[in-house]
Amino acid sequence: MAQITLDKLAHSYLPNPKGEADFALKEIDHVWEDGGAYALLGPSGCGKTTLLNIISGLLVPSRGSILFDQDDITHLAPEQRNIAQVFQFPVVYDTMTVAENLAFPLANRHVAKDEIAKRVAEALEMLDLAGKANRKAQNLTADEKQKISLGRGLVRYDVNAILFDEPLTVIDPHMKWQLRTKLKELHRRFGHTMIYVTHDQTEALTFADKVVVMYEGEVVQIGTPEELFDQPAHTFVGYFIGSPGMNVLSCQVAGNKLRLGAREVELGCSYPQLDGRTEVGIRPEFVRLAPAGQGLPITITRVEDIGRFKIVRALLEGQRFDAVLPEGREVPEGASALVDPARINIYQDSHLVRVQAQGGN
Amino acid sequence: MQKTLNNKAWFMVLPVLFIVALNAIVPLMTVVNYSVQDTFGNNLFFFEGTRWFSEVLASERFHDSLLRQFFFTFTILVIEVPLGVGIALTMPRRGFWSSVCLVLMALPLLIPWNVVGAMWNIYALPDIGLLGYGLNWLGIPFDYTQQPVSAWFTVILMDVWHWTSLVVLLAYAGLRSIDDNYYRAAQIDGASRWAVFRYIQLPKMKHVLTIAILLRFMDSFMIYTEPFVLTGGGPGNATTVLSIDLVKAALGEFNLGVAAAMSIIYFLMTLLVCWLFYTLITQGEKK
Repeated sequence: MAQITLDKLAHSYLPNPKGEADFALKEIDHVWEDGGAYALLGPSGCGKTTLLNIISGLLVPSRGSILFDQDDITHLAPEQRNIAQVFQFPVVYDTMTVAENLAFPLANRHVAKDEIAKRVAEALEMLDLAGKANRKAQNLTADEKQKISLGRGLVRYDVNAILFDEPLTVIDPHMKWQLRTKLKELHRRFGHTMIYVTHDQTEALTFADKVVVMYEGEVVQIGTPEELFDQPAHTFVGYFIGSPGMNVLSCQVAGNKLRLGAREVELGCSYPQLDGRTEVGIRPEFVRLAPAGQGLPITITRVEDIGRFKIVRALLEGQRFDAVLPEGREVPEGASALVDPARINIYQDSHLVRVQAQGGN
Repeated sequence: MQKTLNNKAWFMVLPVLFIVALNAIVPLMTVVNYSVQDTFGNNLFFFEGTRWFSEVLASERFHDSLLRQFFFTFTILVIEVPLGVGIALTMPRRGFWSSVCLVLMALPLLIPWNVVGAMWNIYALPDIGLLGYGLNWLGIPFDYTQQPVSAWFTVILMDVWHWTSLVVLLAYAGLRSIDDNYYRAAQIDGASRWAVFRYIQLPKMKHVLTIAILLRFMDSFMIYTEPFVLTGGGPGNATTVLSIDLVKAALGEFNLGVAAAMSIIYFLMTLLVCWLFYTLITQGEKK
């Protein structure tokens, strides 16, 4: 187990990258704690797999270096990094039994026979595969195969990190939940550093202590699920996380006044002069609908009842604006929207303006 | 789910049945006819029962050519399958050179059998052929028209040259279908090159190799043209394999009954070996 330091890491697939746009992974500089559960979350092509491949050693970054604890491992091959990886599609050795699969990485490292037997038995028990130890691996279900892939990492006590590359892609929906719970439980029990790549926010938010949100090759925010929800650092995080996503409307801000088209709203605090594109981000969950005249006038275009709550799709000053209506509440006639000033985030050129830090973005 | 059953659909098989009857069953039945009858010409036939069969099964000549047939097939399989897999493993997995390799590999397969025979016939001639002359020049006595060992060497070398490519192409297709992540996982698990071959590549190639071995078995067991053009079964009877012997019996000596009985035994043997092999391979999987 190790702390992972990404030191000014950047990668381009082109031999001579010219500008920012040529980089599949823009410069990142972070320290990931030993024993943490991290999720790399982002849409396809955001660079999360590139980052994972750099950590696993399949790719050498064009710039910067990567450290496990104090050791620079930037140029080491995957097998020298002492990591484990679970791939998108289950990788098992077809001709071997489940137990032989689990023993394989240890046998390759010349671990003593009785020690192998002990660890394999332990892993079989942990993964609830004890009853299938002598079955051929190729006839198992996809989720059992994924467990074997994970098991081949677990039997090695000293792995620096376990990497997951969208491991639940081919798993049946009802098994996803179980497997994720198992993963969480194993993480709590053994404290491996785990890095989990996914484009599914539910997976990321339930698995990880810290979620690393990536967008167009850039890490836009690293935070706990709570931080991502309450204070998205980037408008992308706002609408990628949460369902429905955050409302982002263009606006003007002057002092503690927010101007939305013809309307003005009082903000909880005063903002400095903002240049560039100014936007306001409001979570639909923090919008209260009231009868006309009490708040910002909105035009409701559609109401989607999804059982637990209703999603109200509307227009506010001509811009799309969603609100969440708790169960049992009716949509008011000629509605208007009330927004808690403390829950309003202001964005300058897509990045959150933090007033407490004064001038930081 | 309720399935619709309509037995009239079986009529759809009729055209195929008709074609198969014309091109396989009817000719085969002619051979069966010959195998149980004798004739002295004038379209007069006498029923002979199993006489030809017992004659063939007891004849030393048949035993010898059968033995030569098995020797030939076994030898080329032992050489071509490992060699083909080995070549497939060294071929580039993608890019320009993989296409070049594929085209080069496919070339021998495009040459007609009798041309291959003629090519090697000339190539191996001890006086003017490059191979034959070269070997003699190196001090190795080589003359496939006189020495059985030289003849066998040439026949086997010719078959390896002609057909290893087929194994290569099939094995290569099998290798190409392996997802990169298998190699990555093996790398992470610290697997040696041998372990990667033994536990990833070989299992994934199993199906195509089954096909390759079956095809090569059948083809080599029925081989006729190439050795016929190359050695004509000689020197003496040294390279007379089953099919050459069969043609000698049928067309050379006009022993129709014997030849027909031989054909049927030959056919059943091929069928049996293929069936055995296929069942053995597929049985292992059901466990």
